[in-house]
Amino acid sequence: MKPLLEVRDLVTDIGPARVVDGVSFHVAAGETYALLGESGCGKSMTALSLMRLLPDGGRVSSGAVELGGENVLGLPERDMRRVRGGQMAMIFQEPMLALNPVIKVGEQIGEALALHQNLGGQAAREAARGLLDAVGVPDAVRRLDTYPFELSGGLRQRVMIAMALAGQPRLLIADEPTTALDVTIQAQVLDVLRRLKTERQMGMLLITHDLGVVAENADRVGVMYAGELVEEGGRDTFFASPQHPYSRMLFDALPRPGDGGRLTTIPGQVPPLDGSLVGCRFARRCPFAIARCRDESPDWQTINDQRVRCHLAGTLPARIEREVTAQTTARAAKALLQVEGLKVHFPIRRGLIQRTVGHVRAVDDVALSIQAGRTLALVGESGCGKTTVGKALLRLVEPTAGSIVLGGETITAKNASTLRRQAQMVFQDPFSSLNPRMRVADILLEGMDALGVGAAGERRDAVAQLLNRVGLPDDAGGRYPHAFSGGQRQRIAIARALAVSPRLVICDEPTSALDVSVQAQILNLLKDLQDSLGLAYLFITHNLSVVDYLAHDVAVMYLGRIVEHGAAVAVLRAPRHPYTLALVSAVPRIEAQTGPGIIRLAGDQPSPLNPPDGCHFNPRCPYASEVCRQTYPGQTDLGNGHWVRCHWVAGQV
Amino acid sequence: MTIHPVILWTDALIFALLAAVLVLVWLIRRQEHLRAPWRVVAQRPMAMGAALVLGVFVSIGLLDSLHYRAQLPDSPADAPQYSVEVLSVFDALVDGLRARQEKTYSAPLAMQLYAKEFVQRDGVTVRDSSRLQHGGAHLAQADARLPDITRRALAGAAQGALASLLVFAGLAVWQARRMQTSPGAWLAAWRGGRLDWPARTVVLMVATMLMLGGVMMQLAAGYHVFGTDKVGQDVLYISLKSIRTGLVIGTLTTLVTLPLAIGFGIAAGYFRGWVDDVIQYVYTVLNSIPGVLLIAAAVLIVQVYIESNPDIFDTAAARADIRLLALCLIMGVTSWTGLARLLRGESLKLRTLDYVEAARAFGVSNARIISRHIFPNVFHLVLIAIVLDFSGLVLAEAVLSYIGVGVDPAMYSWGNMINGARLELAREPVVWWQLGAAFAFMFTLVLAANLFADGVRDAFDPRLGGRR
Repeated sequence: MKPLLEVRDLVTDIGPARVVDGVSFHVAAGETYALLGESGCGKSMTALSLMRLLPDGGRVSSGAVELGGENVLGLPERDMRRVRGGQMAMIFQEPMLALNPVIKVGEQIGEALALHQNLGGQAAREAARGLLDAVGVPDAVRRLDTYPFELSGGLRQRVMIAMALAGQPRLLIADEPTTALDVTIQAQVLDVLRRLKTERQMGMLLITHDLGVVAENADRVGVMYAGELVEEGGRDTFFASPQHPYSRMLFDALPRPGDGGRLTTIPGQVPPLDGSLVGCRFARRCPFAIARCRDESPDWQTINDQRVRCHLAGTLPARIEREVTAQTTARAAKALLQVEGLKVHFPIRRGLIQRTVGHVRAVDDVALSIQAGRTLALVGESGCGKTTVGKALLRLVEPTAGSIVLGGETITAKNASTLRRQAQMVFQDPFSSLNPRMRVADILLEGMDALGVGAAGERRDAVAQLLNRVGLPDDAGGRYPHAFSGGQRQRIAIARALAVSPRLVICDEPTSALDVSVQAQILNLLKDLQDSLGLAYLFITHNLSVVDYLAHDVAVMYLGRIVEHGAAVAVLRAPRHPYTLALVSAVPRIEAQTGPGIIRLAGDQPSPLNPPDGCHFNPRCPYASEVCRQTYPGQTDLGNGHWVRCHWVAGQV
Repeated sequence: MTIHPVILWTDALIFALLAAVLVLVWLIRRQEHLRAPWRVVAQRPMAMGAALVLGVFVSIGLLDSLHYRAQLPDSPADAPQYSVEVLSVFDALVDGLRARQEKTYSAPLAMQLYAKEFVQRDGVTVRDSSRLQHGGAHLAQADARLPDITRRALAGAAQGALASLLVFAGLAVWQARRMQTSPGAWLAAWRGGRLDWPARTVVLMVATMLMLGGVMMQLAAGYHVFGTDKVGQDVLYISLKSIRTGLVIGTLTTLVTLPLAIGFGIAAGYFRGWVDDVIQYVYTVLNSIPGVLLIAAAVLIVQVYIESNPDIFDTAAARADIRLLALCLIMGVTSWTGLARLLRGESLKLRTLDYVEAARAFGVSNARIISRHIFPNVFHLVLIAIVLDFSGLVLAEAVLSYIGVGVDPAMYSWGNMINGARLELAREPVVWWQLGAAFAFMFTLVLAANLFADGVRDAFDPRLGGRR
């Protein structure tokens, strides 16, 4: 049978850079083909080439793209408009940017319907409602008359999918469709995509960097590296035995549950695509590379039903499952940080005289304690207030109430400088956390100068030591941040926090903006620093596999309150709170799912401005009873410092 | 002949500004992230061509800012007395233009006055236009004028071409030596456009300007190229003298604007709260008063002050100068709001960025955060605003002088030229050259400034960063 989409030797140039170089693959109807790879490997450019929506200066230089037997690249622009949306449709990563904020959702879907199905008026409205139903938007009739900003991220992404479906496309291109969403919402959206694909027998091209998403959704997988496809195969064989060294290292770089050992990292970074590349593009980062790899570009080799571009295909040693090193056991120690009853309420002011009409309870009565040399992970979906906790601890946001005791000293506004010497922060996005106009050395010196750490003469030496400690070259100090890659920038940010020798470092999603291989480097570094310097970490994240790897204790936060707290092993292996259960099961995993079935949460996290009565989680909770709707549950102790706030669990104990 | 140097207020400020710019250039050369966008500007043919034109204007303006008073010829050597007339180095260079005064209007390149009058010729009184004292005075016959003009123009063009060839040869040899190739190889690279700077545009532009200059010089030696005005002064001379006024208005006003805009804008955005409220109220109020009203009031106050304190100002030039300075000040005070609003918005955005948070986590003081984190990151906006505002200010001066609240009527400025030409436009036959000359000069300056500003904006605006 002829495949739905056939891409042969696609070559795309943007200016001098060859971003896609000789990519061939095919997608059958009703099949999901996943393109996998790190950022900068040409995945999105492949998709944009198919749609012929390349950015300025980009053009498809050679190759063929056939959709249902029709050569897409040869069509005039007039006919191409019919193909886009009608034959193949695309959904983008950021739904807020892809929807027009000033046009109602119904009209935006109607626009696509009018274009591709010639529907108007009531018929279009009916069809739009049908589409919203199909993508699982609850209360579809009312949603037609809302603006995009009134919808949550998950609903927006569904509206995007509904729009893409309006032209009844045969091929759906999903470019990182869930990267911007929380895990529970991601699970909902992926469910919708899977169901639609089967119902409508669409072909789907799924572009992602997340192996877990691929494992759960793809039928076949293609791995891209530096503009080339380097490996292709069916999902099961690919996950059972990846053949290309790059694919293998991607697997090894992922933190595994229960593993406390070092992660495999891929040294170096994706080569720039504008130079002339000789030999295998991965050779410089490949631990198996031989002389031939550097001179000769490998050709496709077939192993069973897998294809791989590697000279050593089939001869590589069998993959060694990494030893699972158990977490170091708990050390009883005095708490370094003790937080009681922390509250951060933001007033909402309205009217002419800015009267306070209410409060956003971003953080509501949070208690934490971290011992020296240990890691506490604070886990939750976006908007639950976990970042605000971190900022309130450093008094970057003034807490409304609560006491913070750090190293035995109660922190008030007066002795804030004590706090600043002992606790520092590493931010999420290394591109916005370093001032682009300052040299690295000046960035590192800033904290020491401000807090008067060490003698002025010794600070320059301290900078060299810091750079050394985070694994950056000595001459890095004289350069500007833009000269560094994302991973190196995050190292600089870590060095900046370490400059004042703190005992506690608050890490706010330090790896979520980074690629998997770089994430492994940063996680290793954080672990090494903890071992050598005895640092305590408050690790704020939504990525549960990272928590599994790094944390000793976990606190799960929902809508400004901690709902479950305990040792990492206990909370992640045997979660008790229904929310934690859902969170853990929503994470896409590479391994086959075991244990209880996947719990899918309905709906979204409510607004902290107006939290539901009783237990905040009750509207989404499958076990909610009458008492949950009335009173907020107290703490139920489960032993070993593991406790939850849940009526349901309390009833079981 | 000895001279007595005179430093007017605006002269001092202009040279202070020049020094500041030079220091800034020196600083920028040392900082890679500041130098990079300028290198982009230098690679744009349009911006470089415009920069050359601006360079010529600025040189004339600077030469015109070195003022002095000449010694009176009959004053004793031990107690020298100086002329009340303040001249500049530029005046000395184009002495011929300044001195060759006619009786009244004459058309460009004419050899007779524009208006007819009764003249005695061979004992008969006839009504005819009389010959000019200087323009075309070397010609015996009226019909020799056209061939003479053509000859002069060609000679000037040839001289300009020769000069540009010499400059080009020098450039080729110098560049070839710097790149360690033969001049032939450099020429080939130049022709192919393979150099890392827009050499073809620059060479072409220099050649055009040299040839234009040559033609002008040749013609001006014998004629009034742009005619003469009501009192018989050479319009070319007035136009050239007006350059300094335009530049002073365009640059010194920014000098007043910048501290206000940067200080208030960043303070409002960074501190928010009541500081933001106060600053916003101030500029909203200021914006709602018609600017012309404020300017007129300020200029009148200065005028009254000058007239009631005649002993402070020893020359007419000093009086006109102080009025020019006052105009710059008041225009600066009325025009900082736009930039301040822009900087406020940008600071509001920057203060929430992680690197500012990180600095606050170290307890870095507000002043230091502003100077190290906020200001360097809004500097590109300031720069873009300066170059974009410049042309607007030059045009504003023309409008203000036209309605009579601009510079001193005795001062050479394009606005005054237009004002002077206003009434003559109604007369038959029309006197168009004053307006035309002012228009041509102003157009050239403003166009060059705008093209240059475009180049600067494209290089500095991060939103345009990716595509060029």
